[in-house]
Amino acid sequence: MTTDLVIEAEGLIKHFGETKALQGVDLSVARGTVLGVLGPNGAGKTTAVRILSTLLTPDGGHARVGGFDVVKDAERVRQTIGLTGQYASVDEDLTGRQNLQLIGVLLDLGKANARTRAAELLEWFDLTEAADRPAKTYSGGMRRRLDLAASLVGRPDVIFLDEPTTGLDPSKREDMWNVVRSLVDDGSTVLLTTQYLEEADALADEITVIDHGRVIAHDTPDGLKRIVGGQTLEVRPSDVSRLEETATILRQVSDGRTEEIRKGVLAVPVSDDQAMTATVARLAAAGIAVTELSLHLPSLDEVFFTLTGRTASEDDTTTTKEVAA
Amino acid sequence: MSTTTLDAQTPTSGRPSAPNAAAPRPTKRPFPLVRHSLALAKRSLIKTWRTPEALIDVTLQPIIFLVIFVYIFGGAVAGGTQEYLQFLLPGILAQTIAQGAIAIGVNLNTDLEKGIFDRFRSLPIPRSAPLVGAVSGDVVRYVIVTVSTFAIGYIMGFRITTDPLSAVAGCLLAILFALCLSWVSVFVGMKVRTSGAVQGIMFLVIMPLSFASNVFVPTSSLPSWMQTFVAWNPLTHLVASMRGLFLGTPLGNHVWWTLAWCVGLVVVFMPLALRAYRKKV
Repeated sequence: MTTDLVIEAEGLIKHFGETKALQGVDLSVARGTVLGVLGPNGAGKTTAVRILSTLLTPDGGHARVGGFDVVKDAERVRQTIGLTGQYASVDEDLTGRQNLQLIGVLLDLGKANARTRAAELLEWFDLTEAADRPAKTYSGGMRRRLDLAASLVGRPDVIFLDEPTTGLDPSKREDMWNVVRSLVDDGSTVLLTTQYLEEADALADEITVIDHGRVIAHDTPDGLKRIVGGQTLEVRPSDVSRLEETATILRQVSDGRTEEIRKGVLAVPVSDDQAMTATVARLAAAGIAVTELSLHLPSLDEVFFTLTGRTASEDDTTTTKEVAA
Repeated sequence: MSTTTLDAQTPTSGRPSAPNAAAPRPTKRPFPLVRHSLALAKRSLIKTWRTPEALIDVTLQPIIFLVIFVYIFGGAVAGGTQEYLQFLLPGILAQTIAQGAIAIGVNLNTDLEKGIFDRFRSLPIPRSAPLVGAVSGDVVRYVIVTVSTFAIGYIMGFRITTDPLSAVAGCLLAILFALCLSWVSVFVGMKVRTSGAVQGIMFLVIMPLSFASNVFVPTSSLPSWMQTFVAWNPLTHLVASMRGLFLGTPLGNHVWWTLAWCVGLVVVFMPLALRAYRKKV
């Protein structure tokens, strides 16, 4: 049985002097799906994306995108892909419209088509009003949208999104997620890197976790959550004196350990989708008012702690720095 | 909501069509390097237009130099300000236009720090197009230098004594030389870490070329060991060519020497610059 793999990388190795950015990374993404590449700063995510998008040549291993080798057939790969980097790669002195038209002309759309395509994307990304202002006047969120629009000018089959929401505030992040979802609805294949399990969970069909240039886990979001222990329910009763009673209720809905993670906030691991409603019902029955009640996916730190036995940020200062330049 | 309704769902946000729905793919057209470089040259022009303050160096410097040198040294060097102005203007034009070539290396060095070159390099265009485009876009800077130098020169009393056609040829030669010299600047810009270093290194290259030449003084006044350098100095030949074309002084082989230098600079530094650019991570 063969699956239609649009991105396949095997044993990618890349060193920058002493820094071993990638030490044999395998990645595969099936057509029309989203792969989330999850890892902390310096894990090698950006390096992997730069190799797959032909900006870097690997020191070892090989990769094919859209059926073309990223080294031998780099030109063909470039016709297939759209790349949105970690740092918005738009020309700040050009207007949004000029940026998109330039890309269109460079992609040989022809002047008229480049103009139409630019207008279409500006409208789609809610940038029409700002279209004729230099990009340097744009807010961070607008710049990201323009950057993403720029990578879509050529209607690429494969889209690389390198930390598309880093630095965006939560509401803007949600917008970006919706954009990614509609890209996939249109049939695009997406590889996105992220530092947030929440983001990978929201968007990806499969998740590859990278650490220190190595793949340490590959699974579906559900599979990964099973490994790292699902979600955490956090409750803050309005009346601190009822903390004990609240803890008793939480013990009834979960068999995990109840902890007071911050002053007056209890947390308990839950694996069951019903836990939230059950908790709400029991709290209401006991007449306990709460000021905070939320479900959290494990943070990247927790994922890493489970997978590697240490936290992701622990060694940030001592070892690799993400090679982004 | 059932799956079928999801499938049939149109964008709910009121946005028009989907951003990336399939459509005819772009077709290949001939002469990609020329077309793409031109498109990217236009980008440089828009940037220049948007940041006119970046032109201050090339517009004000010839004015300041002309005024200072003509009125301070004119009497001593050439026995009169008018004579010295005639002698100096082609030299100042050559010096400023050569210094104008520094900017491209500095700009490209800063550009590379930003993400925009990643974008270009991920597009199916010739890898050299962004550099060739940036260099060609700089023609406008050089034209502005030429026009502003001539403008102040004319106000001060400079006059072309040959014919307009020769004068234009002289200007074009200077612009061509600057374009070729740009590749040295681009090469340094690709090799060096900071834009400040590009500026510093290029200044160290241009400075001796400007002063150990016929720009400010007749070469006969220089010590003989320096005359050897002066005789090889491309600026000497460029300035002698311009004096010939503007003022009718003997042209000799100076135009040929200048053109030979142009070819030499491009042949050596363009491949080096492109190689450095490709290697730049």
